[in-house]
Formats: sequence, C-alpha cells, structure tokens
Amino acid sequence: MNNSAFVLMLAASMVAATPIALAALGELLAERSGVLNLGVEGMMLIGAVVAFQTGTKTGNLWVALLVGSLAGAALSAVHAVLTITLRASQIVTGLSLTIFGTGLATFVGKSIEGMPLAVDFRPTPWGPLADLPVIGPVLFKQDPIVYATIVLGFVIAFYLRRTRTGLSLRSVGESPATADSMGIPVALFRYIHVLLGGLLAGAAGAYLVLGQVPSWSQESTTGGLGWIALALVVFASWQPVRLLLGAFLFGFSRQLNFFLQGQGVAVPAELLSMLPYLLTIIVLVVWGSRDLRRRVGAPDALGIAYVRDER
Amino acid sequence: MSEVLLELDGVTKWFGPVKANTDISMKVNRGEIIALLGENGAGKSTLVKQIFGLITPDSGTITVKGDPTRIKDPRDAIGRGIGMVHQHFQLVPVMTVTENIILGFEPVKGLNLDLDSARTMVVEASDRYGLEVDPDAAIEDLPVGTQQRVEILKALSKKVDLLILDEPTAVLTPQETDELLGVMKALAADGTSIVFITHKLREVLAVADRVYVLRQGRVVGEVATKDTDQAGLATMMVGRAVVLQVDKDEATPADEVLSVRDLVVQDDRKLPAVNGMNLTVRAGEIVGLAGVEGNGQRELVEAIAGMRKVVSGSVHLGTEDVTGKSPHHIHAAGVGHVPEDREKHGLVGGYSIADNLVLNRFDEPEFANRGVRNFGAIDANAEAYVKEFDIRTSGIHATAGSLSGGNKQKVVVAREMSAEPRLLIAAQPTRGVDVGSIEFIHSRIVDARDKGAAVLLVSAELDEILSLSDRIVVVHGGHAVAEMPGAGANRQEIGRLMAGGGH
Repeated sequence: MNNSAFVLMLAASMVAATPIALAALGELLAERSGVLNLGVEGMMLIGAVVAFQTGTKTGNLWVALLVGSLAGAALSAVHAVLTITLRASQIVTGLSLTIFGTGLATFVGKSIEGMPLAVDFRPTPWGPLADLPVIGPVLFKQDPIVYATIVLGFVIAFYLRRTRTGLSLRSVGESPATADSMGIPVALFRYIHVLLGGLLAGAAGAYLVLGQVPSWSQESTTGGLGWIALALVVFASWQPVRLLLGAFLFGFSRQLNFFLQGQGVAVPAELLSMLPYLLTIIVLVVWGSRDLRRRVGAPDALGIAYVRDER
Repeated sequence: MSEVLLELDGVTKWFGPVKANTDISMKVNRGEIIALLGENGAGKSTLVKQIFGLITPDSGTITVKGDPTRIKDPRDAIGRGIGMVHQHFQLVPVMTVTENIILGFEPVKGLNLDLDSARTMVVEASDRYGLEVDPDAAIEDLPVGTQQRVEILKALSKKVDLLILDEPTAVLTPQETDELLGVMKALAADGTSIVFITHKLREVLAVADRVYVLRQGRVVGEVATKDTDQAGLATMMVGRAVVLQVDKDEATPADEVLSVRDLVVQDDRKLPAVNGMNLTVRAGEIVGLAGVEGNGQRELVEAIAGMRKVVSGSVHLGTEDVTGKSPHHIHAAGVGHVPEDREKHGLVGGYSIADNLVLNRFDEPEFANRGVRNFGAIDANAEAYVKEFDIRTSGIHATAGSLSGGNKQKVVVAREMSAEPRLLIAAQPTRGVDVGSIEFIHSRIVDARDKGAAVLLVSAELDEILSLSDRIVVVHGGHAVAEMPGAGANRQEIGRLMAGGGH
C-alpha cells in the first residue's frame, strides 16, 4: 500500500511544503523584528539560480545550498539598508526587491534555462522505519532538508518563547521605543533578522532546484511560492509551529491537484496558478487594516521604521 | 553634607539651529526629590533624556556618582543606577507585566528564560514598594494607572539610585496622583533620589524638596519649595506675573443649545465608549466635562462634531436634529470645535497660517468669489487674528506646522471662534500650551460665553474644569455620573466620582 497514489502524494506533500516553510520561517523572523519583506519571491529566485550554477560548477549539493542561501541574504541586505537605516517604505522596497530579483535571476539563468542538474537531494530511508505503512514513506523516507526544516521550525518557536534574545526580538517588533529605552539595539536586531530571512529564502530557492525539480526555469521554479510563503506567515499568526502545519497544507493542496488529475478529475491549472496572488491580496487587505492586523496577531510595529524621538 | 548623586555642568544641546538646552547646571543629592518645572518646549524632557543616555549633550558634563564619563546609551545609564519612567509609557502591550519588567535584563537558566524566578522577583518588588500589580496580566488589559505602576516597578527592579519621572501624573486621577506622590516620598526616604518633570505647581509643592525652573532651555531659577508658593513658581516659569484664577462673572444661562439624549458611540476598537450619555448645554454657560481620559469624552465630542458614527441616541442643536450629520453640516449649523488633537484634526501643518485661519469658511462669499479665492480678504483676516490672539509668528504666510504648540492652539481657537458659533466645543483646549497662552485661551472661552455661546469644555485637567465651568458634569464609563454647579465644587469629591466611586 505504500506505493498507492495517495501515500505517494502525502510523501510528496512534505517535499512541496519544505521550500514554502523555509521561506516563510525566514520571513517570520524578519517580521517579528518589525520588518516586512515582500521580496521573498525575488530572494528565492536568486537563491535558486545561484545554487543551480554553483551546483553545476562544484557538483557539491551542500556548497550549492550554502551559496544559494548567501545570495538570498545578500539581496535582503539591500532591503535592510533601505528600510532600517534609510527608513524607506518597506512595501515599496520589498516589491522592488522581487522585481529586481526576478530580473536578475532571469538574466543570470538564461544560459541554463531547462538544463538538468546532475546532483540533487535524495530521500534517505530510515531502515525498517521507512517500511511502516503510510507514515513510513511520509516521515521516514525524506531528504535531509525536509527534516532540517521541521527542526528549524521548533527551534525558532523555542527561540521566540523561551530565550532572552527571543523576548528582546518580540519587543523590537511590538514596541521598538520600549526596546530602545531598555538598551536593546533595535537596528541591530532588525538587520540580523532581515538577513536571516534572506538566508532562509535563499535556502528555500536553492532547495527548489536541488531537491524538488533539479532544473532551472524562471517561469516555473518558484511559480509564486514566495507569495504563498508571505501569506503563510499571516495565516500562521506569526507562530512557527502553526506555520509548519500550514506549509504542509499548502504542499498538500499543490500535490492534490496532480493526484486528482491522476484520478481523472480535472482542476483548471489557472485556478492553481492564481492562488499565490489571491493569497497576497488577502494579506494586503489584512495589512491595510491596523485593527485586523492586531486581531490576527501581527507584531504591532510591523512595517514601521523606528526613529528615536529625540525631543 | 549628603552625597551628590548627580551633577550637571554646562549641559548644552542643539537640535539643528535650535538650542534646546543652554548651559544647564544642577545638582541632585541622595534622597532628594527635585522638580523640573517649565512650560512646554522649555527643554525639560530633552534634559532628562540626556541624563538617561537617549541623547548626547553637545557640550557640558553629566556626572553620576562621581563618574563624569559620557553616558553612552540607556543601558549604560541603567548600569549606573539610573531609572526612567517615560512620559509615553514604554511597555509592550501584548506582553505580560513580568515580561515587561525583565525586558533587557532577563534572568536565564542555561538558554532558557527563567520566567519563574522573574515572576517571584516582580512579586517581591511589588510588595516591597507597595505597588500592587498582577505579574501575569497582559499590559494591554490594564488601566493606565496600573500601567504606570508597572513602569515604576520596571525602573526600580534594577538597582536604582536616581529615578527620573517624565510627567508622571499626566494621565492619572487625583487619587492615583496622590498615591504616586506617596510612593515618591517613601522612595526618597529610602535614599533614592528623584527627578520629576511636571507643570503642575500643586504637585511640586506637595513633594519636591527643590525646584529647578526652566524657560527657553535655560535654568532661570532654583528654589527650595519651602521658600516659595504657586504664584512665585508660575511667575518664574513664565517670566511675568500670571493670573491663575480665571476672572469671570456669574453665568446667565438661556435657551438649550446642545442636547444629547441616550447617546451610544463606539471607540476605534468597536467597543462602546459612550454608553447612554445625556447632556445639555445652554446658551451663555460653560459646562465642564470632568473625567479620567478614556471614559468616552473623546468619542462624545467626535460624535457631536459629526466625526464619529452614532450607534443610537440623538444630538440636537436647538430644535434641529443633527445626529449623524456631516462635520460640514454641523459646522454650518453653528458649532465651533477645538479638537483634542490639534495636529491631526485642528490644523493643516503644511498650509500657511492665513489658510488655516479660514479652513472652516474658505468657501463663504467673504473669502471666495464664485469659487475663486479672495486673497486680500484672507490675508486681512489673518493679520487681524494674529494681532488679536497674539500669535507669535514670522508672518501670516509661514506654515502652521512651524508654530509652537501654544501658538498652533491659538490659531485653532481663533478660527473656531471667528464664525461666532452657537456652540463651542473645546476639547483639551490648553493641552501642551504654555501658561501665558492658557491664560489667554481661558479668557477667550469666557468671552465667547458672555457673548451668548454655549460652551462644552472637555479637559483632563481638573483645575481647568474647576476654574472655568459654570456647571460640572462628571463622566465615568461613558455616561454622566454626577452633575454639580461649578462654584464651590469639591475637588476631592469630583476625583472620587471620576474614579467610579459614585452611587
């Protein structure tokens, strides 16, 4: 039964969920510090194309993942400087980051469009555990990045709830003036977490080409996953564990489409490709109402540059 | 001679071309309570922010316990035994009392936050200083008086030798204020020095040992409270003798102008803020609405002015029902409104003073000929009001945003009175306004009454209510809980009613 279409679909959902979860966890960190970064899609694309190129050149998966992540972080550094130091609008800057990232990735990826990658992350079965019915293939026959992402979700939950820096981070996102008056370096916290966000978005992009579909295509590599990640942070109320569950649901819904096609039920492809943008609109609606934002648990200072009131 | 805890020598701070503090020198001894008294914009907050490391002085030295090295940031200040309670509370609303108090200085066990021992610490401190708080309550659920206790506990939970309080009583009821003053005295008796900012003379005389009076960024006087009185302090603050009592004749109330019946209005969070309010104001009388801020006053005023939706009930102007009408309509019906937040609702900061003075009448034939503005009339109007209201400005074409708080308020008051309204609503008319301008605005409000306007005065300053009102209505929880004549009204009694201690 472990080879039934449904079980295979569940297992594939885990893989599909991973890049969404990685990118969303990164965005969650940035947003918890009070910085919204709408550039997730752009950072993922850059991460993907750079990881692909590195993978082709070095043939080393881990190096490719690392370099791809760093590329995402580099792009987020632009966002950090503009929004934290220069106090530019986070929405405008984030959107331009996506446009910039998409353009740059297309340019850099021209020569490799459609080429396959020789190396990729392979599922590693956990001995006999992998043969357990249903949960075997779903939980014990995945690649290392899937596991790392789940662990990361719990680590971030612990970090936010139970550590000193986590408490400080939350205060920076909720009330930067308070944090400042207690000697917490607001700008430093924001820089670090925006960069971590970029790093994870880059990693998510890298995983797309190193794990999921080992080839690069500007059109379909991310296909709006960055926007879904953004929406997921909101739907998870900025809670990392809820975010993991949400990512699985999104991964599942993507796989469900293929499954249904296999069963002879046709879901229009347009509906699915519309999803990321529909979700983004919902997020922006939530974003527009302070009232709504509070109710869904958004950090209170999200999107607002901090200026120490000197007078 | 007791130990000198804090010494300032020649502290000077510029903000661009503006000198906010000039050559300020002062001394604070251990266990002393020092009041910093001054009008708005006198540089008091700037000064204490330098002591707390939020701003660096351009020149001069700040010596804490004999150490004159520069205070780098708030953390450095806290490390030297300085605590500060800010004017706008520095608390994270969604976090608990305990989390707020330990923020930045959290006890840890390994990697873990040690919330249990933090909680114990909070309970202990709360007992020790007699500041009662629930360590597990979220800040956003607490009333302001309690939030302030949390702020003070937060400062005291570190080792504090010098406690700075920036306008600590601004949002408190008279009872809460007295409680706070008691805590301050107890702390001082224990050897903590306190520097507190205020512009309430009564409080200065009640607790402070010495007063430094600031005017235009300079120390213009230092006096022991036992050697002075309210009049003496006010004169030092403003630089001239000030009439603290408002001079007014007996009111002669005539017809009902405003009548509010069973009004229900929601606040921004869609919670009922005004709960079945009944209120009448007659021509020729000033009705003062006394109440702790946040008891529906703002929502009431906004509903009368047409800026907020009425859920149920009615508002009548004379015989006309104006419930739910637009602000434009209500203004045309004869209502002048001096809003609580002049920056947001009273002025267009980027417009000239002349334009701001006709904001409510720019489309009337006097100032516009078939839609084309008559600049001659607009400017003449502005010149007249700038002179009459003594608005201190470089010229009528300067932007309103460039004016000081007191002068901005004069622009709003001048404009709202210019149309000779039947009903004048004055919400916090002297908030953040210097003593000299307060005196002037008060006399204009009385003038308007004498000319037959009905005046609804809303103020968080009980002294203002007491000195201006012909009739006082006390509000609590969104409705009127008591009503009394202004003459001979008892301040303690009103305070008790404001706190909800009626019936």
